[in-house]
Amino acid sequence: MAAGPYSEKVMDHFMNPRNVGEIESADGIGEVGNPACGDMMRLYLKIDEGKVVDAKFRTFGCGAAIASSSMLTEMIKGKTVDEARAITNQHVSDALDGLPAVKIHCSVMAEQAVKSALDDYVKKHAG
Amino acid sequence: MTKAFFDHISTTPLDPGVFEAMRPYFLDQYGNPSSHIHDQGQAALRAVDQARAEVAALIGAKAGEIVFTSGATESNNLAVLGAAEGAGAGKRHVVVSDVEHFSVMNALIPLRNAGYEVTVLPVDRNGVVDPDAVRKALRADTALLSVMHANSEIGTIEPVGPIGRIAREAGVTFHVDATASAGHIPVDVREIPADLLTLSAHNFYGPKGAGALFLREGTKVTPRAFGGFQEMGYRAGTENVPAVVGMGAAAILAGREMGAWAEHLSGLGKTLWDGLAAIPMLHYTGHPSERLPGHVSFWVEHVEGESLLLFLNMKGVMAASGSACSSNLRGHDEEDLVASPVLRAIGVPSDICTGSITFSLGKGNTADEVRLALDALPGIVERLRAMSPTYLDYQKRQVKGG
Repeated sequence: MAAGPYSEKVMDHFMNPRNVGEIESADGIGEVGNPACGDMMRLYLKIDEGKVVDAKFRTFGCGAAIASSSMLTEMIKGKTVDEARAITNQHVSDALDGLPAVKIHCSVMAEQAVKSALDDYVKKHAG
Repeated sequence: MTKAFFDHISTTPLDPGVFEAMRPYFLDQYGNPSSHIHDQGQAALRAVDQARAEVAALIGAKAGEIVFTSGATESNNLAVLGAAEGAGAGKRHVVVSDVEHFSVMNALIPLRNAGYEVTVLPVDRNGVVDPDAVRKALRADTALLSVMHANSEIGTIEPVGPIGRIAREAGVTFHVDATASAGHIPVDVREIPADLLTLSAHNFYGPKGAGALFLREGTKVTPRAFGGFQEMGYRAGTENVPAVVGMGAAAILAGREMGAWAEHLSGLGKTLWDGLAAIPMLHYTGHPSERLPGHVSFWVEHVEGESLLLFLNMKGVMAASGSACSSNLRGHDEEDLVASPVLRAIGVPSDICTGSITFSLGKGNTADEVRLALDALPGIVERLRAMSPTYLDYQKRQVKGG
């Protein structure tokens, strides 16, 4: 059901977000945003043999921020690390059937979260 | 599903009686008040004049002191820009409070560009302007002081009486934006020493597209719209006759019913206010007693405003937010990404709060509707907190600390 400025898909992911939570002993954790700017996302990844086998998130933010976080976790599960790193905010926004122009920064936050979590993974597993 | 509208500060539903008063002026009485040599024009002119007297009566003014405009934004723009220019060449200083509406604040941009100096008065944590601060801010070259009567976001009523007396002693033109208060609490220009006062019809059960600016006799204001001699030369352009008629009818209604509405709204507002206390880490905003009847505003730690409002809407409850994200929906620049200017002004910490919630009740709201909101809120807060990384961190700190 569409509400306000959002597509049905955004509302679906906002009302029923997928993969909310945290992963104990995650292989990579990414945190981006700042509550003072209106949103903050923390992404947890479980990576096995170069593949994202699990992803969970917690997000403080508006409808678009929560929906972008939820959609992102669905998109990266099962992807290789390289494939996950290649995901852009445009991919997230498209998967949600678009976001209002002023909410694009929410999908950018999702893109940055996955890159930040993968950087953390590389750092933890370096050497 | 029951639907409850608690966003009357953004607009009120048109009263059906007001609509009936307007109806003939769409179809039968379509004349232009400026073309009154014939019957149609005469009828329109009489209707506008009558509405002018009705709006004047609501605030204790003379009919000749009411200029009709398209609404509060135009009235505020005319007051700020017109009075600044009207004050004369030597006066290049303007004083406003830190919690004014955008239509006052953004009218300062062209003034600053033209070399005017602007002093912004701080407010205390309840959003109240200190009259002593006003006294200190006014100078010999001050062209205008603008302080709102009541704040839409946090409900606080400003001490415009004492502030106005200070302005009068200093010989400074005083503008009061009464958009949120007029029609809801007494606004009387015989008691408030305002030279200019803004009114908006759709904020008191009148139509959108009609507002007024009270101009006390002798106040110098230059026009913003140029053309014919409508509205005593202060506002050129054919009057929006049906809307002006509606504003007059709404003024009569408000003048008659205001006391009963306030009693009804205060009761419902108290139920809502008291019921919200059950939600942990909820902070009320605005003055606890000097506030608009039926206006309840607050923020909730670890909960973003827009998300809360979206969930409330799903439950049929319509409220508003001054939150970063939702104001950003309407805005278009980086400035909008910061927390609400009003919350910042009252010193709410921006790292834990980005969403103030405003419930503004109206004459049609019921106790059942308030119950609907109170039943819905705790679950929504819990759900959003369960999703929030800041709340998770808070819980972990609690465990460690305990």
